[in-house]
Amino acid sequence: MTDTTTSPPETQPDDGKTRSGRPSLPLLPLGIVGAVVVALLLVYTVGGKDSGLVTQSIVTGLLLGGVYALVSVGLTLIFGVLGIVNFAQGAMLTLAMYLVYQMVDAGGIPVYVATLLAIPVMFLFGVLVQAALLNKLTMADNEEGPLLVTLGLSLLIVNVLLMIFGGRPKRVPSSVEGSFEVLDAIVSWERLIAFAGALLVAGALTLILRGTSFGLSIRAVSANTQGASLVGIDVRRIYAMTFGIGSACVAVAGGLMVPFLSLTPTVGEQFTILAFVIVVLGGLGSVKGAVVGGLVIGLVQTVGALYLPGTGSLILVFAVFVLVLFFRPQGIFGVKQ
Amino acid sequence: MTALTTERAPSVSSDDPRLKDRSTARTYLALVVLLAVAAVLPFVLDEQTETVAVRTLIFAIMAVGWNLMSGYGGMFSFGHAAFFGIGAYTDAYLLVEHGISPWIAMVVGASISAAAGTLIAFLCLRYRLAGAYFALATFAFAQVFLLVVQNLDFLRRTEGFNVPLLTENSWWMLQFEQGSHFYYWIPLAILGAGLLGTVAYVNSRSGQYVQAVRDDEVAAASLGINVMRVRLVAVAISCAFTSLAGAFYTQYYFFVGPEQAFGSAVSVNAIVPAVIGGIGTVFGPVVGAMVVGPLSEWIATVLREPPPFLEFLQGVTGLDVAVYAALLILIVLFMPKGIYGTLRDRFRS
Amino acid sequence: MSLLQVEDLTKSFAGLTAVDSVDVTVADREFLGIIGPNGAGKTTLFSLLAGQLPPTRGRVVFDGRDITGWSPAKVADAGLVRTFQLMRPFESMSVLDNVAIAAHHRHRSRKAARRHALEVIDRVQLDRYVHSPSGSLPTAGLKRLELARALALEPRLLLLDEVLAGLVPAERAPIIELLREIHADGVTVMFVEHIMAAVMALSERLLVMAEGRELALGDPQQVIADPRVIEAYLGEDYA
Repeated sequence: MTDTTTSPPETQPDDGKTRSGRPSLPLLPLGIVGAVVVALLLVYTVGGKDSGLVTQSIVTGLLLGGVYALVSVGLTLIFGVLGIVNFAQGAMLTLAMYLVYQMVDAGGIPVYVATLLAIPVMFLFGVLVQAALLNKLTMADNEEGPLLVTLGLSLLIVNVLLMIFGGRPKRVPSSVEGSFEVLDAIVSWERLIAFAGALLVAGALTLILRGTSFGLSIRAVSANTQGASLVGIDVRRIYAMTFGIGSACVAVAGGLMVPFLSLTPTVGEQFTILAFVIVVLGGLGSVKGAVVGGLVIGLVQTVGALYLPGTGSLILVFAVFVLVLFFRPQGIFGVKQ
Repeated sequence: MTALTTERAPSVSSDDPRLKDRSTARTYLALVVLLAVAAVLPFVLDEQTETVAVRTLIFAIMAVGWNLMSGYGGMFSFGHAAFFGIGAYTDAYLLVEHGISPWIAMVVGASISAAAGTLIAFLCLRYRLAGAYFALATFAFAQVFLLVVQNLDFLRRTEGFNVPLLTENSWWMLQFEQGSHFYYWIPLAILGAGLLGTVAYVNSRSGQYVQAVRDDEVAAASLGINVMRVRLVAVAISCAFTSLAGAFYTQYYFFVGPEQAFGSAVSVNAIVPAVIGGIGTVFGPVVGAMVVGPLSEWIATVLREPPPFLEFLQGVTGLDVAVYAALLILIVLFMPKGIYGTLRDRFRS
Repeated sequence: MSLLQVEDLTKSFAGLTAVDSVDVTVADREFLGIIGPNGAGKTTLFSLLAGQLPPTRGRVVFDGRDITGWSPAKVADAGLVRTFQLMRPFESMSVLDNVAIAAHHRHRSRKAARRHALEVIDRVQLDRYVHSPSGSLPTAGLKRLELARALALEPRLLLLDEVLAGLVPAERAPIIELLREIHADGVTVMFVEHIMAAVMALSERLLVMAEGRELALGDPQQVIADPRVIEAYLGEDYA
């Protein structure tokens, strides 16, 4: 019993069982970045596609990847701290988008202001979900229960949205029109704002986790729940706050994406699985990994679409996933258990 | 060459009363009675209700299949659509393109499904993907199947297959006139075989082993159990059986497309009845299917002529799934052993 | 004739050598006691022998076969069976089914397995609990269940990890008697235990471990009189 209290809370969420205690070397992440760069150069030189098209895909992919990253940061945070894979992450994203849509459509609020307003609402929603539906199961260390509850929650959100708004696609009028050119690629302001906003929030979150006492509590709980509670941390509260933060992440991501997506109740569905793939790629529980993974998957999807149009590029995404699963199941930034 | 303990005269006689397994005998008996009652139902049901009953049977077959690996084996699959879909598409492809009998297609589909499931599970288990991780990996594989089918010409991409209509009834081609009771009896027979097979399996050495592995993998291995092998056996049986539901689906609805076969909703349809009825029990998946199968029909009936306080729901889509989702959440939170599992425990004590 | 030969067996976790170059030979039908302070590497040694951990270095030869690197299942299959200090019952199953799982190893049919399981249950005096859920057993019952499952495999070499821990003296005596019988039946035993009275009563030879290394090995009376042993192990209490 004694050793649980002395466990240092500095450890990352997913390395509770490391034998070395040393952080993994950054060689692999650098290697991945290198491999991505090399792959992109190959696409340019021997890919047989118009280079302007390739540049456009890379730019679009990176911008999209930024938003993926933010959705995944929420997922990975919830996983790292609560050990829950939130199956409703995509549905919560959709919920946030409709929330923003409703504020813009009915209240006439500009979309980015509506996004800011959606953050506390979704945060509260997340806190409530954790407190009302998940806490009992999380505290009991039940692994399948939360998965089933979040699956149910996902179906519930999507279908309640369907009941209220119907299945017809909705659009949110943009408040920032226009685009500019970089290296022959067209960048729309909306997408650039989404990218910058997403990375800004992800960065801020990292700083909060590293630098504040609240972040320290979160990391303590994720490293050693029992130890954290013994030193006086209210684990239930941290759980609820974490789920709230994970949920607030999708509020930001949703609001930022709404201007360039057509909105249906199922629009978020594919994000659950994409975010899962990203989080596995980056390493479950690693915020850094989610960001890098998001950018990589965004690139794979858009550059892959040059060769496999339509849903075909998703096959490439899953191919990456399967490769990671087989050759490095702990992900890029994960620590081998 | 084993130790001397075996050389003692057995101290327990083979008819020791403590060896009597009454509960298994009772389960078999209850099953036979249940199936007999279910078999005469078509004579009393109207055609509309029989359609609902057939859909309930399809749910039940999937849930029974899912329960074998997820309930008894403890390996939560979120991707059983993959195996349902393999069954459905094997049937459709062999029938439409090659005129092969659905019965043969069922055997082929079950074999492919078992092989695919075993491979996927092997890869997941080799890297010790457990719990939620395993569930999501299977989910991802089912998505891969969906995407691959949508992009393959010989599987007609997103168009799907239509089963050609015959002019007369044919057992060999598993096609009967509309409303024929055989469309009820055939899935009932499949379900019955699955339930009897479940009882036999969970009481066999392999079935006992897999439950031991579910409870404690390390202890099971230290007792000489080849953990991987017994798990893969459970997976293979589960996937093979689930594929039968898919094959029958194609025959019954005369059409199958990628979403009907491999969509994530299909995986959910395998999970939810089992969870609502009771995971890891023989009757749970059937009880759950009897709740879930008629639910959308029942809600549609209510919505057709809603009571005044529900009038706002008229013409709304999505309510049935919303109710079913809420039910799932409530069951997991308040009846983690499911309806049947909870009732059984109450009767025992 | 030796049943088990352990040569230079070593297990390092980064920064820590839990088992350090252990050489020990166990004769057929021997009863070898193993003692050592907490963290001496006794349980890790068992995990290495039973195949739950791969050794960093060294070799394990059991019954003439090199079993180094074998899976736990294969090791158990060969007749080398361990128990766990923290009891690990299959909680969803009755006591009978728990033991039958192990008995299935030599009996394919359910009926034969259950019959053999009942014999073992009678033998370890768990007969009051045959149909009880295993999770409901008291500690003493769980210890007997661990023992029963191991015995149902008909082992040649039994690794017992603190089967007496957590029991009151009155509960210990019948288990000590049972272990004596099992040994008399021809089973070779390696016995990790903190209860010195039991160790001294049962062991034919005694191995003392400290910090992963073999500190002393030999006649129990001589070993515990060894000043190094007294210093390293008994020192705190007896010096």
